[in-house]
Amino acid sequence: MCSGCSTRITLVRRPRGMAALMPKNTIARWLAVAIVGLCLLVLPFAVDAFLGRAWVRIIDVALLFTMLALGLNIVVGFAGLLDLGYIAFFAVGAYGYALLSSPQLGIHWPLMVVLPLGALVAAMFGILLGAPTLRLRGDYLAIVTLGFGEIIRIFLNNLNRPFNITNGPQGITLIDPLQLDGIALSKTYAVGNIIIAAVHSYYFVFLGCALLAIFVSMRLEDSRIGRAWIAIREDELAASAMGINTRNIKLLAFAMGATFGGLSGGLFAAFQGFISPESFTLLDSIMVLCMVVLGGMGNVGGVVLGAVLLTALPEALRYAGPLQQEWFGGIYIDPSNLRMLLFGLALVTMMLFRPAGLWPSTTRRREFSGEGNAAEEEPNAAR
Amino acid sequence: MPHADASLLAANGITKVFGGLAALSDVSLTVSRGQIFGLIGPNGAGKTTLFNVLTGLYQPDGGEFTFNGARLTRLKPHRVAAHGIARTFQNIRLFANMSALENVMVGRHVRTGAGVFGAILRNAATRSEEAAVMRRARELLDYVGIAQHTDELAHHLSYGDQRRLEIARALATDPLLLALDEPAAGMNATETAGLRLLLEKIRQDGITLLLIEHDVKLVMGLCDRVAVLDYGRKIAEGAPAEVQRDHAVIEAYLGGGFA
Repeated sequence: MCSGCSTRITLVRRPRGMAALMPKNTIARWLAVAIVGLCLLVLPFAVDAFLGRAWVRIIDVALLFTMLALGLNIVVGFAGLLDLGYIAFFAVGAYGYALLSSPQLGIHWPLMVVLPLGALVAAMFGILLGAPTLRLRGDYLAIVTLGFGEIIRIFLNNLNRPFNITNGPQGITLIDPLQLDGIALSKTYAVGNIIIAAVHSYYFVFLGCALLAIFVSMRLEDSRIGRAWIAIREDELAASAMGINTRNIKLLAFAMGATFGGLSGGLFAAFQGFISPESFTLLDSIMVLCMVVLGGMGNVGGVVLGAVLLTALPEALRYAGPLQQEWFGGIYIDPSNLRMLLFGLALVTMMLFRPAGLWPSTTRRREFSGEGNAAEEEPNAAR
Repeated sequence: MPHADASLLAANGITKVFGGLAALSDVSLTVSRGQIFGLIGPNGAGKTTLFNVLTGLYQPDGGEFTFNGARLTRLKPHRVAAHGIARTFQNIRLFANMSALENVMVGRHVRTGAGVFGAILRNAATRSEEAAVMRRARELLDYVGIAQHTDELAHHLSYGDQRRLEIARALATDPLLLALDEPAAGMNATETAGLRLLLEKIRQDGITLLLIEHDVKLVMGLCDRVAVLDYGRKIAEGAPAEVQRDHAVIEAYLGGGFA
């Protein structure tokens, strides 16, 4: 049934994932890097020229979600801890940045302080969530994390009384854009004939951050820590018997994931200039989880693909309305309903035909190809 | 390795209760350095429970044990592993979707120290540590005789090879004591003979072995000393030949009337 599953099984340990796409030859490799780099450099201007500025904005958001999904991938994909409240860390980062760089509290701290601080606070929240849930797994953990995500959102929604901290449901406005040494990314600059608008500047900042997130994810996966995460995912009891401090390693996964979320949250606040609790609902958590699962849980390349696709796809489906008008001379199905319908259909189809994700990690692909699994025995049968 | 104290592991009055059932009551035993110590008994006698207590997976309700001069009672499993007790499981518990090599590399975790920053920066110290981990893991796969399966996923290996891989993973933690829970279960005669050679090789390399096993021929031929558990109590201990003639043991295995 699954055509993708029966493909060759690679028995070589390295390279894997994204690194496997790299040509072996050194010159070819540098050439590939140069071509990809050039494409990424030209991309926002080309998109601006052919599809309009709205699409550059969508790409910016896609890059933010890429970071977010990579962070969740550490928790869910590597360590196997199902987290349904991940958007809370995005919210913590966003509110951290907003409160320290807006008229809301009258504080305008420098970017180089606020962004790392936001990431750090998010990491602390990650540990705060991780600590009481250490004994939980699977569905139980999912329910607790779901509750955690909602608690954060409701807090943000209600922290306007008796002291107005978050401004409640109205949200925080006039958030400072990213600015360093008098260069504010919100302004439009001209370099020669090229006009660099805010969306373009943000694109390059977000691209840099997303590439950093990819780099860090790949390095972590192939390390002592990454192996410990995967070992815990495979069999927590055996991992602890082999000398892995499962408590610390799991907390580390939560903290690392939250750091990614907090950083992208700060960037999101600066980019939008406005945030409110509405941007951080359960649906957003599920959306990020979909990016991870659909793209290919545990595989960095797959997660990036999932994030980009799932940001762009709903936007592209906005054109369903105008297209109906053009083809049938009227709008018969409400475009927003159609969007959710097609989106749901895409999810179901995906899970039926490529359950391991669009671009699965090599191990996941084999896991889903229906072969026996020695680790599935009762955990306490040892009694 | 020379040491003033000949005993490596000393358990004293270990008791473990599940609900109303005493899975272990007042079990004491002493394992000397360099021994192969066998632990036998009918199904449900509490052998695996004792293993779980000794490796920190269960907290005992009474008694204590010292290992290599340190008191390890109530330590977490990873602390016990750091002190030098490694184990395998009765129902194989490998990291099924990791390669054989990666399984053994995980075993090196407790003897290495690279953290997040080392992983991200991949500095000289981390790189040399990683290289050493991989080198040692390959050595161990070769040592247990499954070097040809280095890059295969653990759950693709044959049953006997999975058992060997579990031993390699346990050896990767540099143990002083290797605790094996029914290593020969499900093996045919040839595989058992091969396993016996491996265990003797491990003992010659200075590692003490604690062995739960049902294969009487293997236990009697391999072990220096044997303890017999029945209904959570130690009913006999001694050299294999002595234990074999013990009335309580015969009764436990065959029921009353035969003794």
